[in-house]
Amino acid sequence: MSVLAEEGHHVPVVDPGAAGSMALPLVLVIALPAFGAAVLLLGGRLTDRWGHLLGCLTVAASFVCSVILFITILGRDASDRQVGLDLWTWFSTGDWKVQFGLLYDPLSALFLLLITGVGGLIHVYSIGYMEHDERRRRFFGYLNLFVAAMLMLVLASDYVGVFLGWEGVGLASYLLIGFWQYKPTAAAAAKKAFVINRVGDIGLSLGVGLIFATFGTTSFARVSELTSGASGGVMTAIGLLLLLAACGKSAQFPLQTWLLDAMEGPTPVSALIHAATMVTAGVYLIVRSQFIFEYTSDARLAVAVIGTITLLMGAWIGCAKDDIKKVLAGSTMSQIGYMVLAAGLGVAGYAFAIFHLLMHGFFKANMFLGAGSVMHGTNDDVDMRHYGALRKAMPVTFLTFTMGYLAIIGFPGFDGFWSKDKIIEVALTQNVWLGLCALFGAGVTGFYMTRLMLMTFFGKSRWEDGVHPHESPKVMTIPLMVLAALSLLGGLLLLNDWIVDFLSPVTGVAPHEEPPLPAVVLSVIAVLVVAVGVAIAWMVFSRRDVPRTAPTKVSVFTTAGRNELYGDAFNDAIIVGPGKRFNVGLAAFDNGFVDGGAMGTASAFRGLSGRLRLAQNGFVRSYALGLLGGAALVLLALLVVNLG
Amino acid sequence: MNNAPWLTILLLIPILGSVVLTFLPARTSSSLSKQVAIGFSVVTLLLGIALAIGYEPGGGYQYEEDVVWIKLFGAHYALGLDGLGLALVMLTVILTPIVMLASWNDGDHGAWGAKGFFAWILALEGLSIGVFAATDVFLFYVFFEATLIPVYFLVAGYGGPQRVKAAVKFLLYSLLGGLVMLASVVGLYVESAKTKGGPTYLVSELSKIDFGTDVGRWMFLGFFIAFAIKAPMFPVHTWLPDTAENATPGTSVLLVSVLDKIGTFGMIRFCLELFPEASRWATPVVVVLAIFSILYGAMMAIGSSNIPRLIAYSSVSHFGFIVLGIFVMNSQGLSGANLYMFNHGLSTAALFLVSGYLIRRRGSAEIGDFGGVEKVAPVLAGLFLVSGLSALSLPGLSPFVSELLVMVGAFVHSPWAASFAVLGIVLVAIYILWMYQRIMTGPVREGVVGMRDLNSREIFAVAPLLLLILVLGFFPKPLLSVINPSVDHTMSQVGTSDPKPAVTEGEAQK
Amino acid sequence: MSATPFIVLSAILFTIGAVGVLTRRNAIVVFMCVELMLNASNLALVTFSRVNGNLDGQIAAFFVMVVAAAEVVVGLAIIMTIFRTRRSASVDDASLLKY
Repeated sequence: MSVLAEEGHHVPVVDPGAAGSMALPLVLVIALPAFGAAVLLLGGRLTDRWGHLLGCLTVAASFVCSVILFITILGRDASDRQVGLDLWTWFSTGDWKVQFGLLYDPLSALFLLLITGVGGLIHVYSIGYMEHDERRRRFFGYLNLFVAAMLMLVLASDYVGVFLGWEGVGLASYLLIGFWQYKPTAAAAAKKAFVINRVGDIGLSLGVGLIFATFGTTSFARVSELTSGASGGVMTAIGLLLLLAACGKSAQFPLQTWLLDAMEGPTPVSALIHAATMVTAGVYLIVRSQFIFEYTSDARLAVAVIGTITLLMGAWIGCAKDDIKKVLAGSTMSQIGYMVLAAGLGVAGYAFAIFHLLMHGFFKANMFLGAGSVMHGTNDDVDMRHYGALRKAMPVTFLTFTMGYLAIIGFPGFDGFWSKDKIIEVALTQNVWLGLCALFGAGVTGFYMTRLMLMTFFGKSRWEDGVHPHESPKVMTIPLMVLAALSLLGGLLLLNDWIVDFLSPVTGVAPHEEPPLPAVVLSVIAVLVVAVGVAIAWMVFSRRDVPRTAPTKVSVFTTAGRNELYGDAFNDAIIVGPGKRFNVGLAAFDNGFVDGGAMGTASAFRGLSGRLRLAQNGFVRSYALGLLGGAALVLLALLVVNLG
Repeated sequence: MNNAPWLTILLLIPILGSVVLTFLPARTSSSLSKQVAIGFSVVTLLLGIALAIGYEPGGGYQYEEDVVWIKLFGAHYALGLDGLGLALVMLTVILTPIVMLASWNDGDHGAWGAKGFFAWILALEGLSIGVFAATDVFLFYVFFEATLIPVYFLVAGYGGPQRVKAAVKFLLYSLLGGLVMLASVVGLYVESAKTKGGPTYLVSELSKIDFGTDVGRWMFLGFFIAFAIKAPMFPVHTWLPDTAENATPGTSVLLVSVLDKIGTFGMIRFCLELFPEASRWATPVVVVLAIFSILYGAMMAIGSSNIPRLIAYSSVSHFGFIVLGIFVMNSQGLSGANLYMFNHGLSTAALFLVSGYLIRRRGSAEIGDFGGVEKVAPVLAGLFLVSGLSALSLPGLSPFVSELLVMVGAFVHSPWAASFAVLGIVLVAIYILWMYQRIMTGPVREGVVGMRDLNSREIFAVAPLLLLILVLGFFPKPLLSVINPSVDHTMSQVGTSDPKPAVTEGEAQK
Repeated sequence: MSATPFIVLSAILFTIGAVGVLTRRNAIVVFMCVELMLNASNLALVTFSRVNGNLDGQIAAFFVMVVAAAEVVVGLAIIMTIFRTRRSASVDDASLLKY
């Protein structure tokens, strides 16, 4: 097996320059959505009538700021593109000083555009999607809160600042998954997502602790200057802790189980948080911490392996589910697996991880919103077995969805083709086995996405009685069209390796490595593998009718996929069940032993005094006997002392 | 400011208020006596704020007063505030009017009516200020024991069905700790009488004395046991859930947010500063005990089906963090612990008060009796969630900074300690969010239908708390700037310093 | 003259009194037994006064007599009152002051 990447392509985060004229838009980018959230959540019913408009407006303004910032740094030299802004000292004790600061560099720049751009489109879409929900204003408040927190995450200049955004998006995700709280399943899914993310936070907490213990600081700029002095073991430990954090947030194995349940939330939430932005925060964290990962090939290998495992698991689950949102969720897991794999490949992969992240943001948001549009037209049914032949009923949704479909399977020319192809190429160059897994995953992607398309838009109609599918209103279809266009054209970012060059101040420049086969041949192979997947799906699902109820006699693979590869069953059996039993035992221990010890002492004294007081029997004569006995004892004692 | 005895005035105002309330004519309407009470607490708050503004960060003890009290013992009536003391005095004066406002009607049907309820609260406020301001061990001890009296009557007179039993349990536990401490207090007299300066109880004098290994360790134990019961730590915590379950929410707030802080305050002020050698000697055991408290309290909270009990157990867990931060003895841990005391006071107060509103509306404290409250009372649910999130140390809310500091301090002390303590952050999410899920979400339960949302008095009572939690979450500097110097003082007294990071500038250049 | 016979007599009287107090139930008899014990100790005091050749013991005996006289007054009054209300002079009947 070849070494994943040679050591020493380390690029420190240059101490960022002062923001200057960029300070205002930089602050506004976060402040606007935060302000929107505050107004909408504190304003109560007063804001019901115009709340959704304010929500869209703040994000749109934030997008404008992002564009201004982006254009500003585009006009600068590559070495001058990191901009820092220290707002105030958050806290400082002893030698540890944490600044509440922002760091704007090419990596944050792309994220800013993705978050505010796609986020803005999803806000607009939600106006239509949530139109009949009486708590729509609050929904927009939460969405704005999410956008602010996510921007904080990608703009923070310190690990503690990342933590702030990290938990902020977790909170928004919690609130939005459980938005329809009256559904017990939604409330449970929200809690589950938060708790599993907290497991990941163990990694971030301890990671911050270890980074501080090692370097005496937690700011990106300072840490990156010092990493060359640390021992390999410590770096591996930091890397693995950050990986744990990433696994929680990005639903990577073994902390993946929350993502499928998270589909209980309204569909725009799934599109924004659980597809385009928040779940990719783990990838961001790893790429941002490249100055740590570059010194530990072990941790990088672990990252790549976790990514590969998850990309296969996600694809597997996607093949078996009948719920359209869960198929897409499985596919999200799988695609993030690709990104994590790429991030684990080191300098050669970072840029492509981010590239795929952006492209995935476009096409997956597109498809989730498309799925939302389908549900909107079918009375919120999510079972694909109740769809069929929808392409005539909702042509715009069908067309835009098709763009997303072609992008995700990697149809030549669409954006997913460019990004996924690059990841497979780099993986094959560095580690043949991981590369082959990624290639196989691409084929499976072709299979399950084709299955989804065929079951939803083609074949005969299997609609429920009384359901009359119709096209969604303009306010929903226009965002779909924009996203579809981006799915088609996003690949342009790779023109002339633009994105690789643009990101190189952050990710470093990879030495050129020859892939095992010429790149063109690899692309052809990848397309062929996908074509095989598509063909199989077509054979299975197009040539015979899809039953309206899910068949029960299915292979073990399908059963496993339907049960999400037993992730929940495993957690229940290993953690939840024993935990509950342990808790019952502990309650008994607390009541019986700890409290019982104290109360037992008390009751022992009570019992003893109950015995002793019987001596007080009221008979004068027995008291007199006591007196006499006592006097005799004293006398005896005196005698003994005197004689002795 | 001139040299007026400001601290004495500060602690006498509420006590005076308490006396005035007691002697108000019996026919005084209860709303008038409530207004009088809150007036006194507001005056105290204003004076407290004035003192805080006049306080000079890093200036050591300030507003000092020193009068010889009992010459024979070397006892002084000595008051003074350092950073930690100031923080806790501020916590006391901030929380008291809030508690009064939030429990406006809670005392009406108790043993001595609303007048008695508010009089006891004022007495407690005055005595608590005395505890945090005392710079003489003997005076501290007197205040320490005196605070038990108002709490006893607040619990026994105004609580739930098992209130008398709970009050006695609380009193016995506290008295036991107090007695053990008394032995050490007497020991201090004996030991200090041997020095050439004669007997003294002044902390400033005592901290210069080297008590020797054996004696120092025994006296340390006496203090530590009392403070561990007060804090409370595992395994002497069981009085807290029982008391919280039976006390009114307002009493619980004063008990957990203010009085229990005496335990951790005492650990820093007396255990660490008077017995540095013994503290270092005890560190491994105390750290293990603290971690045990964190996990144990959290596990018990998960298993609780009663809201106040759950919050009480969560406090056991949080106090574990505070004690952990104190005994890792580095500046991150100690600053974190000091900050944690203040922040935990705010967040637990919010949680107790909001859940108190909830319980009062439903007439039951059992989690199983609720369901779907969010649907009928969204403001109540929202405030409850924010309070809960502050308890689980969500970044952006004030407890986060303190918990992170403690965690990092623990990591610097021992990565293993941090690795176990960090499990607490998962468990806290489970019990808080599970409680929220069971109470607030799902279909609306029978007894919950028609529940009123909060009125403006109730919102106005907790709003300042939540605002403080939010502001201090992003800008804890006002607190840290007074706490850090007092932490430096403690560290120099204990004789420890921060370990240097493994990689420094010089090494990285290689 | 040897003091021994007086001391022995005093001891015998005291023992008779003590046994009487412990065994008899009639309050009057118990009371008289108490008097017997007091007088036994008076005898011992006077004897030792004689042996030591000073008056300390006799003075103490006077005190005892005075106390005994006062005690008789109060004691008989109590016994009378109890007898009037309860129609019994048995000490065992007056056992209300117990656990």
